[in-house]
Amino acid sequence: MGSHGIKDRVAIIGMGCTPFREHWESSSDDLMIDAVLEGLASAGVAKNDIDAWWLGTAQSGMSGVTLAAPLKLEAKPVTRVENYCATGSEALRQACYAVASGAYDMAAAVGVEKVKDSGYQGLNAFPIPTDGTQRSLTAAAMFSLVAPAYAERYGVDQGELRRTLARIASKNHSNGARNPRAQFRREMDVDAICKMPAVAGMLSVFDCAGVADGAASAIVVRAEDAHRYTDNPIYVKALSFVAGNGSGLLDPDYDYTHFPECEWAANDAYAQAGITDPRSELAMAEVHDCFTPTELVLMEDLGFSARGEAHKDCEAGVFDLHGELPVNTDGGLKSFGHPVGASGLRMLFECWLQLRGEAPEDRRIDTADRGLALSHNLGGYPGEMVSFVGIWGNRPD
Amino acid sequence: MEVPACVDRTLRPARVGDLTTRQVVAYRRVMAVDEPTRPERGVVAAAAYLPHWRLDRSAVGAVLGSAQGSGTRSVAGYDEDPLTMAVAAGRRVLAATERRPDALWFATTAPVYAEKTSAPIAHSALRLDPSVMAADAGPGLRGASAALRSALMSAEPATLVLAGDVRCGPAGSADERDGGDGAAALLIGSDDDGDLAAEYLGGASATGEFLDRWKAPGELRTHAWEERFGQQRYGELLGSAWAAACKDAGVEQTEVTAAALVGMHPRAAAKLSKSLSADGVTVVDSLTASIGFCGAAHGPVMLTHLIEQAATGDVVALASMADGADVFLFRVTGQARRNGPTVAEDIGSAHGDVPYARYLQWRGVLPVQPPNRPEPARMSASAAGRRGEWKYGFVGSRDRSSGAVHLPPARVSFDGGAVDDMEPAAMADSTARVITYTIDSLAYSPSPPTIFAVCDFEGGGRLPLELTDVAPADVRIGMEVEMTFRRINTADGIANYFWKAKPASGADDQTNAEPHTTGGA
Repeated sequence: MGSHGIKDRVAIIGMGCTPFREHWESSSDDLMIDAVLEGLASAGVAKNDIDAWWLGTAQSGMSGVTLAAPLKLEAKPVTRVENYCATGSEALRQACYAVASGAYDMAAAVGVEKVKDSGYQGLNAFPIPTDGTQRSLTAAAMFSLVAPAYAERYGVDQGELRRTLARIASKNHSNGARNPRAQFRREMDVDAICKMPAVAGMLSVFDCAGVADGAASAIVVRAEDAHRYTDNPIYVKALSFVAGNGSGLLDPDYDYTHFPECEWAANDAYAQAGITDPRSELAMAEVHDCFTPTELVLMEDLGFSARGEAHKDCEAGVFDLHGELPVNTDGGLKSFGHPVGASGLRMLFECWLQLRGEAPEDRRIDTADRGLALSHNLGGYPGEMVSFVGIWGNRPD
Repeated sequence: MEVPACVDRTLRPARVGDLTTRQVVAYRRVMAVDEPTRPERGVVAAAAYLPHWRLDRSAVGAVLGSAQGSGTRSVAGYDEDPLTMAVAAGRRVLAATERRPDALWFATTAPVYAEKTSAPIAHSALRLDPSVMAADAGPGLRGASAALRSALMSAEPATLVLAGDVRCGPAGSADERDGGDGAAALLIGSDDDGDLAAEYLGGASATGEFLDRWKAPGELRTHAWEERFGQQRYGELLGSAWAAACKDAGVEQTEVTAAALVGMHPRAAAKLSKSLSADGVTVVDSLTASIGFCGAAHGPVMLTHLIEQAATGDVVALASMADGADVFLFRVTGQARRNGPTVAEDIGSAHGDVPYARYLQWRGVLPVQPPNRPEPARMSASAAGRRGEWKYGFVGSRDRSSGAVHLPPARVSFDGGAVDDMEPAAMADSTARVITYTIDSLAYSPSPPTIFAVCDFEGGGRLPLELTDVAPADVRIGMEVEMTFRRINTADGIANYFWKAKPASGADDQTNAEPHTTGGA
């Protein structure tokens, strides 16, 4: 028994990604159709070439019919998956395994979320009947719990930490300003962010991911078939996923300064990909910056910074666009908003562009020397979360 | 049963149950028999609960531009109601004695439900045995007196009388100004173990129908007839009930040490009050200046106060005017046991001042804009039913092999993975420490922002919990908190109760700060 991965056995040959917006004029059907058509065109295949589909959506529809009906798929297997905010990554993971198993020659992963039809601000989960004892905090508040705990543990002044978190937001907005698909394209300086009123703990709205509608798609085949479709396939190096057991909410040993689910998923992914020093081996990383403290802590959980050092590395510009290890080069959730089912595939889309040298020049990074990118996608809350880590490469070993 | 000739038969009672309390004592003494008779009964333990918040009456005048009197009134938090406050008082009583009731009565003028009985919620929160009867005595003002009287007359070993009330009315009303919020619990029992805090000497009631105050269900305003009419009728009823009670107890008025004359018409008691004062009886202050009139709970609050303030051997009297008059006389034994502050200590301790606008919001008199988030979904009755011990009793589970506490209870342990090897872990009386916290201005709350903290319990166990009775600026990592039973929300007419944490009583970080304003820290 063991986690072996499918390194270099599956390759991505096409991707699509809609702009992430308040798409008042587009339905989830429209968004899925747009993302799929772009992906098919990018791979140079037709919809009937896809043998099996996986649809990731948290709340925009149920069952595979949600995708099969608008696309008018003909007698194809379509599976709808959901795994909190890592739903888009989960869809891709299933499509990759389906191809790797030999069950299908070509599979597609589609992620979509139509958030802006709810009439409410933010993301709101549909209610599951309960005994009425569950907490009813916003996600912002749940993640804001990390900030005072981190400051306390590492002896960081809360005012300094406030500026570090603002710097993370400012960096992502700076990257997003260079991305036409991003929802927010305005640069924000650290002082301006620090002056915003707090809404959850020390977090202001500029510490929170926006809310947007969007969709993305990816088409995968066996690696040996990839060059039939493209000269620049992207190889799947690692797929890792952990569903936490919620013990952080029960166990006094958990201190809210790290996310063990993310650390476990990262370690598994590095083992699959054969990575020993992610900070020097990766060209870039797309991480789940749902809230600024999340990105801070992830730098440590993903092994980019030593424990208690991420705040210094952030301040030193290690993760800036042209830093030692660029993080969220597309602008992240911060600039894109977070259509739950689509976000994981949107992260992969940036890796796809950068690893193929197709990112626009003003945010392009060098992936010739280092040809590996990481995407990280989490869902849930500190103490009770799911985490996905995928590693992608522009050449096989 | 025939009444023996040796007993004073001037009243010619047909049965022992009709004897006066003094006659029964005499009967037992003379007969020296163990035959079941009406045993000596009284108060085993008594406790009041007054909420954390106070409204300064001058703050009302400042807003409405009219004189609203002086002093303060007690104010239930936005997440408190008569039932939660009664549970808080009940917890204090049950913590003070090993005795447990066979019946529970709950009285209020402001029940959460019609049709559904509220008392079983208190029964569940107090973790009483399923064999204990629990019912509401109300919803009128006289409910608490009725419950107290029937408990004192009952043959059951012990009855818990809970009374709680939230008193409000339209802005500027007398009910808003003179009312108070609070609760009390009285454990009434027989003297089996010689452990009564106050022996019941006797009492009497007087009833006569007249219309004085009335209110349709759900109405904010209480209507009242011209007050001199009620004063006069109450005065008559009080006078006759008082005389009959003294006779029943075999007590001369001059033997009474202190009396509380409780009711909506203070002037109705003027005549009796004058007579009592002339005989050297202390007529105790009705606490109007500090907490106000707590409706159905005020009598039990005042009786608790009387017992707490009395010296051993004192005879104390509670006289309550509420659609009739009920008088109860007790002799205080000096064996009072207590858990929690006395009424006087509570009044004298630090409280949170609630601004008038926030008070109006809490009572629903002033609707305010909620955050644009979905309102909470109603709880599932069957899900809550499966988890009653957790939801109402705050009982988690403890892994027998590792000792790890699970909140809520679990079948599989997070520490070692043991399966179905847990024992109940009752946590309601445990204190906890704040590990990290946040102030959430975005979440839906009846009174934003939501204050939330990860709490680690003394002796093990962790739970992220909502904090209450605290200002956002006063929350600290490391602060000590204790558990309190609260109404979390109301959805689809269902009042959803669970536990929150509040600053521990006696902890250093108790404050007198104003409650938060909306808009965040």
